[in-house]
Amino acid sequence: MNLNISALDYIQEVKTGNISAEDFIAKTIERIQSVDDKLHAFLSVNDDAINQARVIDKKIKSGEKVGDCFGMPISVKDNMCIKDSKTTCASKMLENFIAPYDATVISKLKQQDAIFVGKVNMDEFAMGLTTEFSAYGPSKNPWNMECVPGGSSGGSAVSVSALECVASLGSDTGGSVRNPASFCSTVGYKPTYGLISRYGLISYANSIEQIGPLTRTVKDTAFMLNLISGIDPNDNTTMDNKNEDYLSGIESGIEGKKIGIVKEMMGEGIDPAVLTATKDAIAKLEGLGAVCEEISFDMVKYSVAAYYTITATEAGSNLARYDNIRYGYDFPLEGYEFNSYISKARRNFGPEVTRRMIIGGFVPSAGHAGKYFLKALKVKSKLTKEVNDAFKKFDFLISPTVPILPFKLGEKIDDPVSLFLVDINTVTANLTGKPAISIPFANSNGLPIGIQLMADSMNDKSLLQAAYALEQTVSLPEVPI
Amino acid sequence: MTMIGLEIHCQLTNLNSKLFCSCKANYREFEINENICPVCMGLPGSLPKLNQEAVKKATIIAMALNCTTPEKIAFFRKNYFYPDSPKNFQITQLNIYGDTSVGGTGSVMVGDKKIRITRIQLEEDPGRLIYEGSSSKNQITLVDYNRAGTPLVEIVTEPDFETPKEVRDFLNILSDILANLGVADPSLEGAMRADANVSIEGGKKVEIKNIGSFHDLEKAAHFEITRQKSHHSRDIEIIQETRHWDDKRKITISSRSKEEELDYRYFLEGDIPWVKIDPEIQKKLQTEMPESISSKKQRYVSKYNIPAQVSDVLSSDKYYSDLFEEAHTESNAKEVANIITTELMGLVDTREKRKASKFTSTHLRDLADAIQSGKVSRNSSKNALHEILKSGKDLSTVISELDLGNVSDESELSGFITQVISEEPQAVEQAKSNPQTINYLVGKVMQKTKGKADPVMTRDMLKKQIGV
Ligand SMILES: [Zn+2]
Repeated sequence: MNLNISALDYIQEVKTGNISAEDFIAKTIERIQSVDDKLHAFLSVNDDAINQARVIDKKIKSGEKVGDCFGMPISVKDNMCIKDSKTTCASKMLENFIAPYDATVISKLKQQDAIFVGKVNMDEFAMGLTTEFSAYGPSKNPWNMECVPGGSSGGSAVSVSALECVASLGSDTGGSVRNPASFCSTVGYKPTYGLISRYGLISYANSIEQIGPLTRTVKDTAFMLNLISGIDPNDNTTMDNKNEDYLSGIESGIEGKKIGIVKEMMGEGIDPAVLTATKDAIAKLEGLGAVCEEISFDMVKYSVAAYYTITATEAGSNLARYDNIRYGYDFPLEGYEFNSYISKARRNFGPEVTRRMIIGGFVPSAGHAGKYFLKALKVKSKLTKEVNDAFKKFDFLISPTVPILPFKLGEKIDDPVSLFLVDINTVTANLTGKPAISIPFANSNGLPIGIQLMADSMNDKSLLQAAYALEQTVSLPEVPI
Repeated sequence: MTMIGLEIHCQLTNLNSKLFCSCKANYREFEINENICPVCMGLPGSLPKLNQEAVKKATIIAMALNCTTPEKIAFFRKNYFYPDSPKNFQITQLNIYGDTSVGGTGSVMVGDKKIRITRIQLEEDPGRLIYEGSSSKNQITLVDYNRAGTPLVEIVTEPDFETPKEVRDFLNILSDILANLGVADPSLEGAMRADANVSIEGGKKVEIKNIGSFHDLEKAAHFEITRQKSHHSRDIEIIQETRHWDDKRKITISSRSKEEELDYRYFLEGDIPWVKIDPEIQKKLQTEMPESISSKKQRYVSKYNIPAQVSDVLSSDKYYSDLFEEAHTESNAKEVANIITTELMGLVDTREKRKASKFTSTHLRDLADAIQSGKVSRNSSKNALHEILKSGKDLSTVISELDLGNVSDESELSGFITQVISEEPQAVEQAKSNPQTINYLVGKVMQKTKGKADPVMTRDMLKKQIGV
């Protein structure tokens, strides 16, 4: 049985009876068992998955109504709540946290008969770009196991790329879906802010992050969006997308569309192979009838600094609740009063989270807010204005998703400042709330390169059309594992 | 000069649900930690879901206190670690980054004095701490989160009070206004709490917290003024600090906490988008607002000719004014007001008594009508009222069961009158020469009928029989 299959093809195969959900899930679990020792994409595997597949097969056989996913195996980043299962955020702080409720995206996919094969690895509390900051050990890049898979949704990208599932849910605060998608050669999507409910997604920087799918094809991403997007009474920041069908018209092409090439995202430090690939992508788009032209944003050079200031501030507040009193990990309360207990208990945060907590306590504090946090908000609003202005002229913006190739594990872990520069191309979409996608485009000596397209808010549908058009020009090797 | 300012916290007890989830706003009837959900427990991944009704009610309060109301409001996070706060931050409002709180500056008249309101904000109540264990060594703190997330309105005043008495008067007026608006029941335990800040002679401001009741607030303010004056007279420096009210010893104690040094790192709550309250919405809320206490009072005076003092009492207590509104007719309004203010008030002056009483507006209307038509004497009506409060039976049943009906049957009454005339020859003679003294004989008939004789009828019949 071929596990290298798109979501839409899987559904077709099961629908027509060529394969059963049970067989596919069994094969998927086998695959996880055989490769995940090396890759470490999964933090936990759903041992009930095969039973769930049997139930779906029975429904299919008896002619009962079956959900749109037909038992498709999906992996879920371990910062989304699935009722009665462990949700650790790859942190020791939540080692024993069993979610008592389903995230909105989870309940929507459950209704559509998706099967969650397991929870996947990430940087602790989604803070990182390599998945090396997981408290449970790093994931490896299936294209070169000496390399990082990107992050923070590293487990999601690895599991899709290494055929351990058909699709995955990640979350993207500053590139956390697109970055690993680019490093692992999968499609990665960051929707317009508010398109997908965050209810049940454990907040890192809630004002800019979104859940996003990682898939093998652009069409699969559109399919996933159809299932999980839309207004949610449990998330006041969601928007009504009027049940948009992102699949319909996805093959419309990009004839006559205007695309801006972002100068600041292809500047100093870019890997020559990435630059070549990006130029090639631009040429391909022009070949399809798009008009490409360079554009410059003054604020992009401040965007990473603003991003870290804002995310640290929000994280400092969002992670304050982890005092280990209501849930968390084993650490007895006796003998402590509140303040001494929480300061002890909170030492279970890893180094990167701790670093950002300290920054998060400082940058918005009285006497420093004006110099840091408020200034970062100013950058955010100026950047948003610049980008909004650009979208008056352009339909899309293009850049490499990450200016460099996947690098070796451990290579940059001790160099947070240089790691932060890896964010330069992705944070703009988060700070401005715009949708952005990473499309697998090239391969340089076995290392994947992704191209990023960005569109204006709520133009997710046309963005997917453009991404699909670009995807059709690409032919990539199979994953070597 | 003494300056006292207040921060009053009032729960919106009349709402169905908490500020950010579907748990009940009325948490008082639940077992410990039974009125909770992922949102009010601040579980990982949960998000606040704003109760729009709470925004409306808070806006109505702002309007009633003559506050400015912005067209858009926002929520902020106040970050601090405390065991009663499940997220270790509180979602609240502020005006430091522009006027984004439900209410801006306003004022309330207390007698002839204007008390200025600084702002009004909508926020969540924390959970409740329960201390167990005898000594401080083995003391444990338990947390009941049933209250966490209850909608709370904070009303901040300028330091416009000069005496504890003014504070007390203001709080009474404020609770009447809030009750009248139908947004809260201030008589519920813990529904209204206040902190005070006190300074004298332009000195440092001392904040007093942990004051359980308004009665204690007056005492605490009084104590604090005395303490500061005594310091002042002895040239001891008054330091800016937070002091706690010790309920048992009735003194304020320095809390030694460094609360004034806490940095709350306020920033915008991104999970709750700005809420639009444009002039159109405000206008609509204005029309939905219940009649104000002062307008009620005026109406009672001008329309029903009820004395100003009685109208004042009647209009300021929502329980009484609701009863009045439901019970009165064009003809019995004065009598209804009279029963409420002279009889009922002494009987149902507490929340518990009101809850226990089975008295309804129908009872009240029937009683007023019966007094007016002479079916029952004013005297007997008191007995009837007591019985109704206890049993809830309707008036006619009570009258017949307790035999309270007026003796208004002419032949029955004339029997008593004949008896009295024969027993009191002297008084009869006196009445003949001085008709004013006939009241003595009326009283005697009343005694014989145990107060049930119709006084007007008795007087008329007496006059006839004596021949005056
Ligand atoms: Zn709740």
